[in-house]
Amino acid sequence: MKSVSVSPASKPNLLATESELASFSPLSARRLLLLGGIGLILSGMIFGDIFAVFTLHQNAAQVGANLAAAAQAALVGDRHAVLANFKNVGAFLENRGTKVDTHVHMIDFGYLALLLAILQPWVAFTDKFKKRIAWVFLAGAWLLPIGVYLIHYVGLAYSPLKTIGWASIAADFGGVLVLIATLACLIGLWMHFRRESVSPADRLLTDRSTEGRMLFAGGIALVLLGFLHGAYYAAADLYKHEAQDYSLLAQMSAGAAAGARIVVNNALSDYGQLQGAKAVNIAAHAHSIEFGLLAIMMAFFQPYVSLRKSWKCRWAGVLLLGSLSLPVCILLEMRYGLVAGGLADFAGLMVIFALLAMWIGILRYTGELDDASVTSASESGLPQ
Amino acid sequence: MSGSRRLLIIGGVALAVWGMSYGLWYAVFAEHQALDSIGASLAESFAAAADRSPAIMETSLDRYRQAKYIYDRQVDVHGHWIGLAMLLIVLGIGFDRVSFSERFKLFLALGLLLGAVIFPLGVLLQTTSHGPLPRAIAIAGSAFVIATLLGSAVGVVIRASSRASAG
Repeated sequence: MKSVSVSPASKPNLLATESELASFSPLSARRLLLLGGIGLILSGMIFGDIFAVFTLHQNAAQVGANLAAAAQAALVGDRHAVLANFKNVGAFLENRGTKVDTHVHMIDFGYLALLLAILQPWVAFTDKFKKRIAWVFLAGAWLLPIGVYLIHYVGLAYSPLKTIGWASIAADFGGVLVLIATLACLIGLWMHFRRESVSPADRLLTDRSTEGRMLFAGGIALVLLGFLHGAYYAAADLYKHEAQDYSLLAQMSAGAAAGARIVVNNALSDYGQLQGAKAVNIAAHAHSIEFGLLAIMMAFFQPYVSLRKSWKCRWAGVLLLGSLSLPVCILLEMRYGLVAGGLADFAGLMVIFALLAMWIGILRYTGELDDASVTSASESGLPQ
Repeated sequence: MSGSRRLLIIGGVALAVWGMSYGLWYAVFAEHQALDSIGASLAESFAAAADRSPAIMETSLDRYRQAKYIYDRQVDVHGHWIGLAMLLIVLGIGFDRVSFSERFKLFLALGLLLGAVIFPLGVLLQTTSHGPLPRAIAIAGSAFVIATLLGSAVGVVIRASSRASAG
Protein backbone atom coordinates (compact mmCIF):
# COMPACT_ATOMS: atom_id res chain seq x y z
CA MET A 1 0.00 0.00 0.00
CA LYS A 2 1.26 3.43 -0.91
CA SER A 3 2.51 5.54 2.01
CA VAL A 4 2.31 9.28 2.20
CA SER A 5 5.07 11.02 4.09
CA VAL A 6 3.31 13.42 6.34
CA SER A 7 6.12 15.24 8.00
CA PRO A 8 9.91 15.41 8.01
CA ALA A 9 12.05 12.53 9.15
CA SER A 10 12.36 14.04 12.60
CA LYS A 11 8.88 12.68 13.26
CA PRO A 12 9.12 9.05 12.19
CA ASN A 13 5.77 8.05 13.70
CA LEU A 14 3.86 10.19 11.25
CA LEU A 15 3.66 7.86 8.32
CA ALA A 16 0.14 7.44 7.09
CA THR A 17 -1.25 4.92 4.61
CA GLU A 18 -3.88 5.84 2.04
CA SER A 19 -6.52 3.87 3.94
CA GLU A 20 -5.61 5.80 7.04
CA LEU A 21 -5.94 9.09 5.18
CA ALA A 22 -9.42 7.96 4.19
CA SER A 23 -10.49 6.65 7.60
CA PHE A 24 -9.13 9.70 9.41
CA SER A 25 -10.03 12.35 6.83
CA PRO A 26 -11.44 15.73 7.96
CA LEU A 27 -14.84 15.34 9.62
CA SER A 28 -14.72 11.57 9.19
CA ALA A 29 -16.57 9.54 11.80
CA ARG A 30 -13.35 8.40 13.47
CA ARG A 31 -11.92 11.90 13.70
CA LEU A 32 -15.20 13.33 15.00
CA LEU A 33 -15.54 10.64 17.65
CA LEU A 34 -11.89 10.78 18.68
CA LEU A 35 -11.60 14.56 19.05
CA GLY A 36 -15.17 14.89 20.34
CA GLY A 37 -14.61 12.03 22.79
CA ILE A 38 -11.41 13.47 24.26
CA GLY A 39 -13.12 16.88 24.38
CA LEU A 40 -15.98 15.34 26.38
CA ILE A 41 -13.58 13.59 28.77
CA LEU A 42 -11.54 16.75 29.30
CA SER A 43 -14.66 18.88 29.86
CA GLY A 44 -16.05 16.29 32.28
CA MET A 45 -12.76 16.11 34.20
CA ILE A 46 -12.32 19.89 34.42
CA PHE A 47 -15.94 20.20 35.51
CA GLY A 48 -15.33 17.47 38.11
CA ASP A 49 -12.23 19.20 39.46
CA ILE A 50 -14.01 22.57 39.71
CA PHE A 51 -16.96 20.85 41.37
CA ALA A 52 -14.68 19.01 43.84
CA VAL A 53 -12.81 22.18 44.81
CA PHE A 54 -15.62 24.75 44.93
CA THR A 55 -18.87 22.84 45.53
CA LEU A 56 -18.54 19.31 46.89
CA HIS A 57 -17.28 19.96 50.42
CA GLN A 58 -19.39 23.09 50.89
CA ASN A 59 -22.44 21.18 49.71
CA ALA A 60 -21.73 18.28 52.07
CA ALA A 61 -21.40 20.78 54.94
CA GLN A 62 -24.78 22.33 54.05
CA VAL A 63 -26.46 18.91 53.91
CA GLY A 64 -24.97 18.05 57.31
CA ALA A 65 -25.98 21.39 58.81
CA ASN A 66 -29.57 21.11 57.59
CA LEU A 67 -29.85 17.51 58.76
CA ALA A 68 -28.55 18.59 62.18
CA ALA A 69 -31.03 21.47 62.24
CA ALA A 70 -33.85 19.04 61.36
CA ALA A 71 -32.79 16.73 64.19
CA GLN A 72 -32.60 19.63 66.65
CA ALA A 73 -36.03 20.83 65.51
CA ALA A 74 -37.42 17.32 66.11
CA LEU A 75 -35.81 17.42 69.55
CA VAL A 76 -37.82 20.53 70.50
CA GLY A 77 -40.97 19.23 68.79
CA ASP A 78 -41.03 21.75 65.91
CA ARG A 79 -42.56 19.79 63.01
CA HIS A 80 -42.59 22.72 60.56
CA ALA A 81 -38.88 23.42 61.07
CA VAL A 82 -38.16 19.70 60.50
CA LEU A 83 -39.93 19.72 57.16
CA ALA A 84 -38.34 23.03 56.12
CA ASN A 85 -34.87 21.72 56.88
CA PHE A 86 -35.51 18.49 55.01
CA LYS A 87 -36.65 20.52 52.03
CA ASN A 88 -33.24 22.21 52.11
CA VAL A 89 -31.48 18.84 52.43
CA GLY A 90 -33.38 17.63 49.35
CA ALA A 91 -32.39 20.73 47.38
CA PHE A 92 -28.71 20.41 48.32
CA LEU A 93 -28.69 16.69 47.52
CA GLU A 94 -30.33 17.34 44.16
CA ASN A 95 -27.72 20.01 43.41
CA ARG A 96 -24.91 17.60 44.31
CA GLY A 97 -26.47 14.60 42.53
CA THR A 98 -27.02 16.41 39.24
CA LYS A 99 -23.44 17.77 39.26
CA VAL A 100 -22.02 14.28 39.89
CA ASP A 101 -24.23 12.86 37.12
CA THR A 102 -23.07 15.59 34.71
CA HIS A 103 -19.41 14.76 35.47
CA VAL A 104 -19.89 10.99 35.17
CA HIS A 105 -22.02 11.00 32.01
CA MET A 106 -19.73 13.43 30.18
CA ILE A 107 -16.68 11.26 30.87
CA ASP A 108 -18.43 7.96 30.16
CA PHE A 109 -19.82 9.21 26.85
CA GLY A 110 -16.31 10.39 26.01
CA TYR A 111 -14.99 6.88 26.68
CA LEU A 112 -17.71 5.35 24.55
CA ALA A 113 -16.91 7.81 21.76
CA LEU A 114 -13.23 6.74 21.85
CA LEU A 115 -14.22 3.08 21.69
CA LEU A 116 -16.56 3.68 18.77
CA ALA A 117 -13.78 5.68 17.06
CA ILE A 118 -11.48 2.65 17.25
CA LEU A 119 -14.24 0.35 15.97
CA GLN A 120 -15.16 2.53 12.95
CA PRO A 121 -13.26 0.50 10.31
CA TRP A 122 -15.35 -2.53 11.32
CA VAL A 123 -18.70 -0.75 11.05
CA ALA A 124 -20.10 -1.84 7.67
CA PHE A 125 -21.80 1.39 6.57
CA THR A 126 -20.88 4.09 4.08
CA ASP A 127 -18.61 6.89 5.31
CA LYS A 128 -21.45 9.38 4.98
CA PHE A 129 -23.77 7.33 7.16
CA LYS A 130 -21.04 6.69 9.73
CA LYS A 131 -20.44 10.44 9.88
CA ARG A 132 -24.14 11.00 10.59
CA ILE A 133 -24.06 8.41 13.36
CA ALA A 134 -21.06 10.16 14.89
CA TRP A 135 -22.84 13.54 14.84
CA VAL A 136 -25.97 12.02 16.43
CA PHE A 137 -23.82 10.40 19.11
CA LEU A 138 -21.96 13.62 19.92
CA ALA A 139 -25.16 15.69 19.96
CA GLY A 140 -26.72 13.30 22.46
CA ALA A 141 -23.51 13.01 24.47
CA TRP A 142 -23.48 16.80 25.03
CA LEU A 143 -27.24 17.22 25.43
CA LEU A 144 -27.61 14.68 28.24
CA PRO A 145 -25.05 16.14 30.68
CA ILE A 146 -26.11 19.73 29.94
CA GLY A 147 -29.74 18.73 30.53
CA VAL A 148 -28.83 16.95 33.77
CA TYR A 149 -26.83 19.99 34.93
CA LEU A 150 -29.84 22.25 34.34
CA ILE A 151 -32.31 20.04 36.26
CA HIS A 152 -31.51 21.77 39.55
CA TYR A 153 -32.00 25.24 38.07
CA VAL A 154 -34.97 24.67 35.74
CA GLY A 155 -36.94 22.41 38.08
CA LEU A 156 -40.54 21.84 37.01
CA ALA A 157 -41.04 25.29 35.42
CA TYR A 158 -43.59 25.12 32.54
CA SER A 159 -43.35 21.33 32.59
CA PRO A 160 -46.35 19.36 31.33
CA LEU A 161 -45.44 16.48 33.70
CA LYS A 162 -45.76 16.17 37.48
CA THR A 163 -42.29 14.92 38.40
CA ILE A 164 -40.13 15.50 35.29
CA GLY A 165 -39.08 18.98 34.13
CA TRP A 166 -37.94 20.22 30.72
CA ALA A 167 -34.26 19.79 31.60
CA SER A 168 -34.89 16.12 32.42
CA ILE A 169 -36.80 15.69 29.17
CA ALA A 170 -33.87 17.20 27.23
CA ALA A 171 -31.44 14.93 29.08
CA ASP A 172 -33.55 11.85 28.34
CA PHE A 173 -33.73 12.85 24.67
CA GLY A 174 -29.92 13.11 24.66
CA GLY A 175 -29.79 9.61 26.09
CA VAL A 176 -32.07 8.36 23.30
CA LEU A 177 -29.75 9.90 20.66
CA VAL A 178 -26.69 8.18 22.17
CA LEU A 179 -28.61 4.93 22.38
CA ILE A 180 -29.68 5.12 18.72
CA ALA A 181 -26.12 5.89 17.56
CA THR A 182 -24.63 3.03 19.60
CA LEU A 183 -27.31 0.64 18.36
CA ALA A 184 -26.54 1.67 14.77
CA CYS A 185 -22.85 0.91 15.37
CA LEU A 186 -23.80 -2.48 16.81
CA ILE A 187 -25.80 -3.26 13.66
CA GLY A 188 -22.89 -2.10 11.49
CA LEU A 189 -20.47 -4.31 13.41
CA TRP A 190 -22.84 -7.25 13.16
CA MET A 191 -23.13 -6.79 9.39
CA HIS A 192 -19.35 -6.65 9.08
CA PHE A 193 -18.80 -9.82 11.08
CA ARG A 194 -21.59 -11.68 9.25
CA ARG A 195 -19.98 -10.97 5.89
CA GLU A 196 -16.69 -12.43 7.17
CA SER A 197 -14.86 -9.75 5.24
CA VAL A 198 -11.17 -9.23 5.88
CA SER A 199 -10.45 -6.73 8.64
CA PRO A 200 -9.07 -3.49 7.23
CA ALA A 201 -5.45 -2.70 8.07
CA ASP A 202 -5.39 -0.37 11.04
CA ARG A 203 -2.18 1.06 12.46
CA LEU A 204 -3.92 1.80 15.77
CA LEU A 205 -4.27 -1.90 16.50
CA THR A 206 -0.78 -3.01 15.50
CA ASP A 207 1.20 -0.31 17.30
CA ARG A 208 3.50 -1.70 20.02
CA SER A 209 5.39 1.47 20.95
CA THR A 210 6.87 1.91 24.45
CA GLU A 211 4.32 4.53 25.47
CA GLY A 212 1.47 2.40 24.09
CA ARG A 213 2.62 -0.65 26.06
CA MET A 214 3.10 1.48 29.20
CA LEU A 215 -0.45 2.77 28.98
CA PHE A 216 -1.95 -0.63 28.11
CA ALA A 217 -0.24 -2.51 30.96
CA GLY A 218 -0.75 0.35 33.44
CA GLY A 219 -4.41 0.60 32.45
CA ILE A 220 -5.05 -3.10 33.02
CA ALA A 221 -3.31 -2.87 36.42
CA LEU A 222 -5.48 0.11 37.41
CA VAL A 223 -8.69 -1.66 36.34
CA LEU A 224 -7.68 -4.74 38.33
CA LEU A 225 -6.84 -2.65 41.40
CA GLY A 226 -10.21 -0.94 41.13
CA PHE A 227 -12.03 -4.28 40.85
CA LEU A 228 -10.18 -5.77 43.81
CA HIS A 229 -10.88 -2.69 45.92
CA GLY A 230 -14.56 -2.79 44.89
CA ALA A 231 -14.82 -6.48 45.75
CA TYR A 232 -13.15 -5.90 49.12
CA TYR A 233 -15.45 -2.96 49.88
CA ALA A 234 -18.56 -4.95 48.89
CA ALA A 235 -17.49 -7.92 51.04
CA ALA A 236 -16.23 -6.01 54.09
CA ASP A 237 -18.08 -2.70 54.35
CA LEU A 238 -21.02 -2.24 51.98
CA TYR A 239 -23.72 -4.08 53.96
CA LYS A 240 -22.27 -2.84 57.25
CA HIS A 241 -22.47 0.75 55.99
CA GLU A 242 -26.06 0.26 54.82
CA ALA A 243 -27.06 -1.09 58.22
CA GLN A 244 -25.26 1.78 59.98
CA ASP A 245 -26.99 4.34 57.76
CA TYR A 246 -30.38 3.10 58.91
CA SER A 247 -29.44 2.59 62.55
CA LEU A 248 -27.91 6.08 62.90
CA LEU A 249 -30.99 7.73 61.40
CA ALA A 250 -33.15 5.63 63.74
CA GLN A 251 -31.00 6.73 66.70
CA MET A 252 -31.37 10.36 65.61
CA SER A 253 -35.15 10.27 65.32
CA ALA A 254 -35.68 8.07 68.40
CA GLY A 255 -33.29 10.28 70.39
CA ALA A 256 -35.20 13.35 69.22
CA ALA A 257 -38.55 11.79 70.18
CA ALA A 258 -37.17 10.95 73.64
CA GLY A 259 -35.59 14.39 74.08
CA ALA A 260 -32.08 12.89 74.36
CA ARG A 261 -29.84 15.59 72.90
CA ILE A 262 -26.57 13.69 73.43
CA VAL A 263 -27.85 10.66 71.49
CA VAL A 264 -28.92 12.92 68.61
CA ASN A 265 -25.60 14.77 68.51
CA ASN A 266 -23.54 11.56 68.62
CA ALA A 267 -25.64 9.99 65.88
CA LEU A 268 -25.27 13.13 63.74
CA SER A 269 -21.51 13.09 64.12
CA ASP A 270 -21.27 9.37 63.28
CA TYR A 271 -23.60 9.84 60.32
CA GLY A 272 -21.30 12.47 58.82
CA GLN A 273 -18.30 10.15 59.20
CA LEU A 274 -20.25 7.28 57.62
CA GLN A 275 -21.26 9.35 54.59
CA GLY A 276 -17.62 10.36 54.15
CA ALA A 277 -16.40 6.76 54.36
CA LYS A 278 -18.98 5.61 51.79
CA ALA A 279 -18.18 8.46 49.41
CA VAL A 280 -14.40 7.98 49.41
CA ASN A 281 -14.62 4.22 48.89
CA ILE A 282 -17.03 4.50 45.98
CA ALA A 283 -15.04 7.37 44.41
CA ALA A 284 -11.72 5.50 44.72
CA HIS A 285 -13.23 2.36 43.15
CA ALA A 286 -14.85 4.25 40.26
CA HIS A 287 -11.87 6.49 39.50
CA SER A 288 -9.35 3.66 39.49
CA ILE A 289 -11.37 1.69 36.93
CA GLU A 290 -12.26 4.71 34.78
CA PHE A 291 -8.68 5.96 34.63
CA GLY A 292 -7.54 2.42 33.82
CA LEU A 293 -9.96 2.29 30.90
CA LEU A 294 -8.80 5.72 29.76
CA ALA A 295 -5.16 4.60 29.81
CA ILE A 296 -5.95 1.48 27.75
CA MET A 297 -7.91 3.53 25.22
CA MET A 298 -5.19 6.16 24.91
CA ALA A 299 -2.68 3.33 24.36
CA PHE A 300 -4.43 2.56 21.07
CA PHE A 301 -4.35 6.19 19.94
CA GLN A 302 -0.62 6.77 20.53
CA PRO A 303 0.21 6.48 16.78
CA TYR A 304 -1.98 9.57 16.26
CA VAL A 305 -0.19 11.63 18.95
CA SER A 306 2.21 13.83 17.05
CA LEU A 307 4.75 14.59 19.76
CA ARG A 308 8.40 13.56 20.23
CA LYS A 309 8.76 10.00 21.50
CA SER A 310 10.35 11.12 24.76
CA TRP A 311 7.43 13.47 25.42
CA LYS A 312 4.90 10.79 24.58
CA CYS A 313 6.51 8.55 27.22
CA ARG A 314 6.55 11.40 29.74
CA TRP A 315 2.87 12.21 29.24
CA ALA A 316 1.98 8.51 29.46
CA GLY A 317 3.87 8.41 32.78
CA VAL A 318 2.10 11.54 34.04
CA LEU A 319 -1.29 10.08 33.10
CA LEU A 320 -0.56 6.81 34.92
CA LEU A 321 0.92 8.53 37.98
CA GLY A 322 -2.09 10.85 38.29
CA SER A 323 -4.47 7.93 37.70
CA LEU A 324 -2.92 5.94 40.55
CA SER A 325 -2.44 8.88 42.94
CA LEU A 326 -6.00 10.18 42.69
CA PRO A 327 -7.83 7.11 44.08
CA VAL A 328 -5.11 6.54 46.70
CA CYS A 329 -5.34 10.16 47.91
CA ILE A 330 -9.15 9.96 47.92
CA LEU A 331 -8.93 6.92 50.23
CA LEU A 332 -6.52 8.82 52.50
CA GLU A 333 -8.97 11.73 52.82
CA MET A 334 -10.70 10.08 55.79
CA ARG A 335 -7.43 10.06 57.72
CA TYR A 336 -5.60 13.14 56.46
CA GLY A 337 -8.51 15.39 55.50
CA LEU A 338 -7.96 18.35 53.22
CA VAL A 339 -4.24 17.64 52.64
CA ALA A 340 -5.11 14.35 50.95
CA GLY A 341 -8.05 16.05 49.23
CA GLY A 342 -5.73 18.69 47.79
CA LEU A 343 -3.32 16.02 46.58
CA ALA A 344 -6.23 14.18 44.96
CA ASP A 345 -7.23 17.36 43.13
CA PHE A 346 -3.62 17.80 41.99
CA ALA A 347 -3.56 14.20 40.74
CA GLY A 348 -6.74 14.93 38.80
CA LEU A 349 -4.99 17.91 37.23
CA MET A 350 -2.06 15.67 36.21
CA VAL A 351 -4.48 13.41 34.33
CA ILE A 352 -6.14 16.44 32.72
CA PHE A 353 -2.81 17.92 31.58
CA ALA A 354 -1.57 14.59 30.20
CA LEU A 355 -4.81 14.09 28.29
CA LEU A 356 -4.74 17.67 27.04
CA ALA A 357 -1.17 17.16 25.78
CA MET A 358 -2.22 14.00 23.93
CA TRP A 359 -5.25 15.80 22.48
CA ILE A 360 -3.00 18.61 21.20
CA GLY A 361 -0.70 15.95 19.73
CA ILE A 362 -3.64 14.39 17.90
CA LEU A 363 -4.78 17.82 16.65
CA ARG A 364 -1.25 18.39 15.28
CA TYR A 365 -1.44 15.02 13.58
CA THR A 366 -4.77 15.86 11.91
CA GLY A 367 -3.28 19.13 10.61
CA GLU A 368 -0.23 17.33 9.20
CA LEU A 369 -2.43 14.62 7.68
CA ASP A 370 -4.70 17.17 5.99
CA ASP A 371 -1.71 19.12 4.75
CA ALA A 372 -0.19 15.95 3.28
CA SER A 373 -3.42 14.92 1.55
CA VAL A 374 -3.70 18.39 -0.06
CA THR A 375 -0.06 18.24 -1.19
CA SER A 376 -0.53 14.71 -2.51
CA ALA A 377 -3.63 15.74 -4.46
CA SER A 378 -1.93 18.77 -5.99
CA GLU A 379 1.10 16.67 -7.02
CA SER A 380 -1.14 14.15 -8.77
CA GLY A 381 -2.97 16.96 -10.61
CA LEU A 382 -6.30 16.34 -8.88
CA PRO A 383 -8.49 19.36 -8.14
CA GLN A 384 -8.15 20.42 -4.51
CA MET B 1 -10.79 -11.49 13.39
CA SER B 2 -10.72 -14.19 16.05
CA GLY B 3 -13.88 -15.50 17.71
CA SER B 4 -12.83 -14.28 21.16
CA ARG B 5 -12.33 -10.69 19.98
CA ARG B 6 -15.59 -10.78 18.08
CA LEU B 7 -17.43 -12.08 21.13
CA LEU B 8 -16.00 -9.35 23.37
CA ILE B 9 -16.68 -6.51 20.92
CA ILE B 10 -20.21 -7.52 19.88
CA GLY B 11 -21.06 -8.57 23.44
CA GLY B 12 -19.64 -5.33 24.81
CA VAL B 13 -21.54 -3.02 22.45
CA ALA B 14 -24.74 -5.03 22.99
CA LEU B 15 -24.29 -4.79 26.78
CA ALA B 16 -23.68 -1.03 26.48
CA VAL B 17 -26.93 -0.66 24.51
CA TRP B 18 -28.73 -2.77 27.13
CA GLY B 19 -27.24 -0.76 30.03
CA MET B 20 -28.19 2.54 28.38
CA SER B 21 -31.74 1.33 27.68
CA TYR B 22 -32.06 0.30 31.30
CA GLY B 23 -30.71 3.71 32.44
CA LEU B 24 -33.14 5.53 30.16
CA TRP B 25 -36.09 3.51 31.42
CA TYR B 26 -34.97 4.13 34.98
CA ALA B 27 -34.49 7.89 34.50
CA VAL B 28 -37.92 8.32 32.89
CA PHE B 29 -40.09 5.96 34.93
CA ALA B 30 -38.44 5.27 38.28
CA GLU B 31 -35.70 7.65 39.45
CA HIS B 32 -37.72 10.76 40.28
CA GLN B 33 -40.35 8.71 42.07
CA ALA B 34 -37.66 6.85 44.04
CA LEU B 35 -35.94 10.08 45.12
CA ASP B 36 -39.26 11.60 46.15
CA SER B 37 -40.08 8.51 48.19
CA ILE B 38 -36.68 8.51 49.93
CA GLY B 39 -36.88 12.20 50.82
CA ALA B 40 -40.53 12.14 51.90
CA SER B 41 -40.22 9.06 54.13
CA LEU B 42 -37.10 10.40 55.90
CA ALA B 43 -38.70 13.81 56.45
CA GLU B 44 -41.87 12.14 57.73
CA SER B 45 -39.93 10.02 60.24
CA PHE B 46 -38.27 13.11 61.74
CA ALA B 47 -41.57 15.02 61.69
CA ALA B 48 -43.13 12.06 63.56
CA ALA B 49 -40.28 12.27 66.06
CA ALA B 50 -41.15 15.94 66.56
CA ASP B 51 -44.80 14.90 67.13
CA ARG B 52 -43.58 12.18 69.55
CA SER B 53 -45.24 9.46 67.42
CA PRO B 54 -42.84 6.50 67.54
CA ALA B 55 -45.04 4.16 65.49
CA ILE B 56 -45.23 6.51 62.48
CA MET B 57 -41.55 7.30 62.92
CA GLU B 58 -40.56 3.63 62.65
CA THR B 59 -42.86 2.94 59.71
CA SER B 60 -41.48 5.94 57.83
CA LEU B 61 -37.86 4.99 58.56
CA ASP B 62 -38.54 1.47 57.35
CA ARG B 63 -40.00 2.89 54.12
CA TYR B 64 -36.86 5.02 53.77
CA ARG B 65 -34.62 1.97 54.24
CA GLN B 66 -36.51 -0.02 51.61
CA ALA B 67 -36.54 2.82 49.08
CA LYS B 68 -32.85 3.65 49.61
CA TYR B 69 -31.85 -0.02 49.34
CA ILE B 70 -33.62 -0.35 45.99
CA TYR B 71 -32.43 3.03 44.67
CA ASP B 72 -28.75 2.34 45.42
CA ARG B 73 -28.86 -0.99 43.64
CA GLN B 74 -30.73 0.26 40.59
CA VAL B 75 -28.18 3.05 40.09
CA ASP B 76 -25.29 0.61 40.64
CA VAL B 77 -26.69 -1.79 38.06
CA HIS B 78 -26.84 0.93 35.37
CA GLY B 79 -23.27 2.07 36.08
CA HIS B 80 -21.80 -1.41 36.29
CA TRP B 81 -23.44 -2.74 33.10
CA ILE B 82 -22.11 0.18 31.06
CA GLY B 83 -18.70 0.22 32.76
CA LEU B 84 -18.24 -3.50 32.20
CA ALA B 85 -19.47 -3.14 28.61
CA MET B 86 -16.70 -0.61 27.94
CA LEU B 87 -14.19 -2.96 29.51
CA LEU B 88 -15.37 -5.79 27.21
CA ILE B 89 -15.02 -3.59 24.13
CA VAL B 90 -11.58 -2.26 25.04
CA LEU B 91 -10.31 -5.74 25.87
CA GLY B 92 -11.81 -7.07 22.64
CA ILE B 93 -9.89 -4.47 20.67
CA GLY B 94 -6.62 -5.34 22.40
CA PHE B 95 -7.17 -9.08 22.86
CA ASP B 96 -4.53 -9.96 20.27
CA ARG B 97 -1.98 -8.83 22.88
CA VAL B 98 -3.02 -11.73 25.14
CA SER B 99 -0.62 -14.61 24.58
CA PHE B 100 -2.77 -17.74 24.95
CA SER B 101 -4.27 -20.25 22.54
CA GLU B 102 -7.45 -19.09 20.80
CA ARG B 103 -9.40 -21.82 22.64
CA PHE B 104 -8.33 -20.48 26.03
CA LYS B 105 -8.90 -16.88 24.93
CA LEU B 106 -12.44 -17.83 23.90
CA PHE B 107 -12.90 -19.33 27.36
CA LEU B 108 -11.64 -16.09 28.96
CA ALA B 109 -13.90 -13.98 26.74
CA LEU B 110 -16.94 -16.12 27.57
CA GLY B 111 -16.19 -15.90 31.30
CA LEU B 112 -15.78 -12.14 31.09
CA LEU B 113 -19.00 -11.66 29.14
CA LEU B 114 -20.92 -13.96 31.49
CA GLY B 115 -19.55 -12.16 34.55
CA ALA B 116 -20.32 -8.73 33.07
CA VAL B 117 -23.95 -9.77 32.49
CA ILE B 118 -24.71 -11.65 35.71
CA PHE B 119 -22.85 -9.50 38.25
CA PRO B 120 -25.19 -6.48 37.85
CA LEU B 121 -28.12 -8.86 37.31
CA GLY B 122 -27.48 -10.37 40.75
CA VAL B 123 -27.41 -6.86 42.24
CA LEU B 124 -30.69 -6.05 40.48
CA LEU B 125 -32.32 -9.26 41.76
CA GLN B 126 -31.51 -8.15 45.31
CA THR B 127 -34.24 -5.53 44.91
CA THR B 128 -36.85 -8.28 44.54
CA SER B 129 -35.46 -10.87 46.95
CA HIS B 130 -33.40 -10.52 50.12
CA GLY B 131 -32.47 -14.22 50.04
CA PRO B 132 -28.97 -15.60 49.43
CA LEU B 133 -29.45 -16.44 45.71
CA PRO B 134 -29.19 -12.91 44.24
CA ARG B 135 -26.16 -12.19 46.40
CA ALA B 136 -24.56 -15.48 45.29
CA ILE B 137 -25.20 -14.57 41.63
CA ALA B 138 -23.60 -11.15 42.12
CA ILE B 139 -20.57 -12.65 43.88
CA ALA B 140 -20.17 -15.32 41.18
CA GLY B 141 -20.41 -12.65 38.47
CA SER B 142 -17.79 -10.42 40.06
CA ALA B 143 -15.52 -13.45 40.63
CA PHE B 144 -15.83 -14.32 36.91
CA VAL B 145 -14.91 -10.78 35.91
CA ILE B 146 -11.91 -10.52 38.25
CA ALA B 147 -10.58 -14.01 37.43
CA THR B 148 -10.83 -13.57 33.66
CA LEU B 149 -9.34 -10.09 33.81
CA LEU B 150 -6.45 -11.46 35.87
CA GLY B 151 -6.05 -14.22 33.25
CA SER B 152 -5.97 -11.64 30.46
CA ALA B 153 -3.40 -9.56 32.35
CA VAL B 154 -1.21 -12.65 32.77
CA GLY B 155 -1.52 -13.27 29.02
CA VAL B 156 -0.36 -9.74 28.28
CA VAL B 157 2.58 -10.02 30.71
CA ILE B 158 3.68 -13.38 29.24
CA ARG B 159 3.65 -11.89 25.75
CA ALA B 160 5.55 -8.79 26.87
CA SER B 161 8.23 -10.82 28.69
CA SER B 162 8.64 -13.27 25.78
CA ARG B 163 9.06 -10.30 23.39
CA ALA B 164 11.59 -8.75 25.75
CA SER B 165 13.62 -11.97 26.00
CA ALA B 166 13.45 -12.47 22.20
CA GLY B 167 14.57 -8.88 21.66
